[in-house]
Amino acid sequence: MANRVTIDEHICKGCGLCTGACPKKIILLCCDKLNAKGYNPATVTQMELCIACGMCAIMCPDSAITVEKE
Amino acid sequence: MTEKVLMKGNEAMAEAAIRAGCLHYFGYPITPQTEISVHMSKRMPMVGGVFLQAESEIAAINMVLGASAAGVRVMTSSSSPGISLKTEGISYLAASDLPCVIINIQRGGPGLGGIQPAQSDYNQATKAPGHGDFKVLVFAPSTVQEMVNTIFKAFDLSEQYRMPAMVLGDGLLGQMMEPVVFPETVVTPREKPWATIGHQEQRSPNIINSLYLQAEMLENKILERYRRYDQVQSKETESEIYLTEDAEILLVAYGASARIARGAVDFARKLGIKAGLLRPITLWPFPKKELVAAAENAAELLVVEMSMGQMVDDVKLAIDCSKPVHFFGHTGGVVPSSAEVLERIKELAGRNGND
Amino acid sequence: MTSVYKKSSVLTDAPLTYCPGCTHGIIHKLVAECIEEMGVQGRTVGVASVGCSVLAYNFFKVDMVQAPHGRAPAVATGLIRSLPDNVVFTYQGDGDLAAIGIAETVHAASRSENIVIIFVNNAIYGMTGGQMAPTTLSGQVTQTSPNGRDASIAGYPIRVCEMLSTLDGTTYAERVAVNNVPNIRKAKAAIKKAFDNQINRRGFSIVEVLSTCPTNWGLTPLKSLDWLKENLMPYYPLGCYKDQTEKGGKQDDWL
Repeated sequence: MANRVTIDEHICKGCGLCTGACPKKIILLCCDKLNAKGYNPATVTQMELCIACGMCAIMCPDSAITVEKE
Repeated sequence: MTEKVLMKGNEAMAEAAIRAGCLHYFGYPITPQTEISVHMSKRMPMVGGVFLQAESEIAAINMVLGASAAGVRVMTSSSSPGISLKTEGISYLAASDLPCVIINIQRGGPGLGGIQPAQSDYNQATKAPGHGDFKVLVFAPSTVQEMVNTIFKAFDLSEQYRMPAMVLGDGLLGQMMEPVVFPETVVTPREKPWATIGHQEQRSPNIINSLYLQAEMLENKILERYRRYDQVQSKETESEIYLTEDAEILLVAYGASARIARGAVDFARKLGIKAGLLRPITLWPFPKKELVAAAENAAELLVVEMSMGQMVDDVKLAIDCSKPVHFFGHTGGVVPSSAEVLERIKELAGRNGND
Repeated sequence: MTSVYKKSSVLTDAPLTYCPGCTHGIIHKLVAECIEEMGVQGRTVGVASVGCSVLAYNFFKVDMVQAPHGRAPAVATGLIRSLPDNVVFTYQGDGDLAAIGIAETVHAASRSENIVIIFVNNAIYGMTGGQMAPTTLSGQVTQTSPNGRDASIAGYPIRVCEMLSTLDGTTYAERVAVNNVPNIRKAKAAIKKAFDNQINRRGFSIVEVLSTCPTNWGLTPLKSLDWLKENLMPYYPLGCYKDQTEKGGKQDDWL
């Protein structure tokens, strides 16, 4: 039973705006992943701390993030 | 039959547009065509149409683009320098396959030039009404009645072939007053499924655009358009012949120059010179076949224009340079006289002085 | 699970072609969300301009017309004068709106055309590689002001909202920013108000959105948000510069 943030890795451009918007600082650009376009997509590291504020999704220019609340 | 009225060319064309179902006009004042705007400003409110004096000819042609995209019959008008301003918009209209009517009442050029009549925008209209590979329909009426009829035709063909139509007049035609009867044509609006009127969530969005970043796609678009132009050339070319069957000297002239040339032909015939006249009515498509036929018995051709002879090359090309093509004209707003043209005919006929 | 945020249905499936971190994407979302929430998708016609957002017609699921550079307000005028019951908006950058198109911008406002202009101001020409814009700040380094914009050569930046607010025809002019979530929410409210004006035929509305250009500013997307706050906001203060919404019904006279 947790809030859920889904980041579409094919769409994410690794711009990092979500990492700055997240008040819990749980979104990171982890260095070891590249998508087909060569971007390093963002990842939510500790989903259980997510408060489903939606700020990451609001900030994302590419609508790559979906947020659902439990 | 509607009544016959005496009207100025500019006003007659404006009135014809309204009767042809054009309820949107965007223009800007410039001599010698301002009467078109003024007439529209008075009449459009009467018929529930839209008249807007734009901030420039550039703005006006772009308003035409928007209205045409919305699927309505729309017109703008200007004179030579203003048409230069519109060339960007005309290129976009053609590239977006949008119909519209653009009237050019030509005046002396280049630059600010003069306000007297000229025909020095022929090249611009027929060869490069804007950048890129494209054509616009170009009509050259020569009487006020013909100007009225041409407006109806211009809207029809422009919509049928989805391309801009230019009516190439000049200051003489725009300012002269002649009797005119307006056709009682019932205008049936054409279906325009491509128009951007809002998809009402019933279809996928319509996009009216001219940007194709993939070169092959852009080339295909242009080739497709040129196939339509081929159809226009084979079906919509128009011209008029006068005493050409046995003509040994064939005059070629359009618009006001054609009337002057015709006067000279009549004088020449009285002197026993077998002169004739081919009057192109569509300048694009150019009446090549008709010209070749009319020139069959001619030894000389004489092009008469109010310019430095912009149509001469088209005449030469049409007959494959098979016969000598001469030119007589004036430019800068000077209007040739039939007497002057007659002198040139006489020279070509091998006679000098009074005869 | 209830949805807290999902992609607007007025955006197409096409991946946005903007640079990573470019705020065009955020502004596209706000416009799309407003159209969706106000239920006007079926009668909206957008006018795309020339600049980074030239492909905007690929991203919005509404009828769209591509305008020549700077001419979008004139194209929008032709559309709204032909389709007065439709919702017409333009989406323009700083070169399109304030350089080549400034006459069309000013006159559409002056005529109080019943349209919405979304003005994306990032103080630089993005698409063509980072040249100076009319809104480039004094001292700002761009490709065509390599030593920083020098007023003695290139004059001063133009404050569009302030300028348009002097016109009687301007119904609503507000400057917003998208550098953080609170500002994004305010930007959306302004855009919604603009569309509401349009739907209710109150005349000309413009929302100027201070935006970033990480690529041509030479900064990371996150640092660009800071640069916007520290440099653009002082010269281009956020706020409402004109609000004649109460006067209402300007366009009822014609037609």
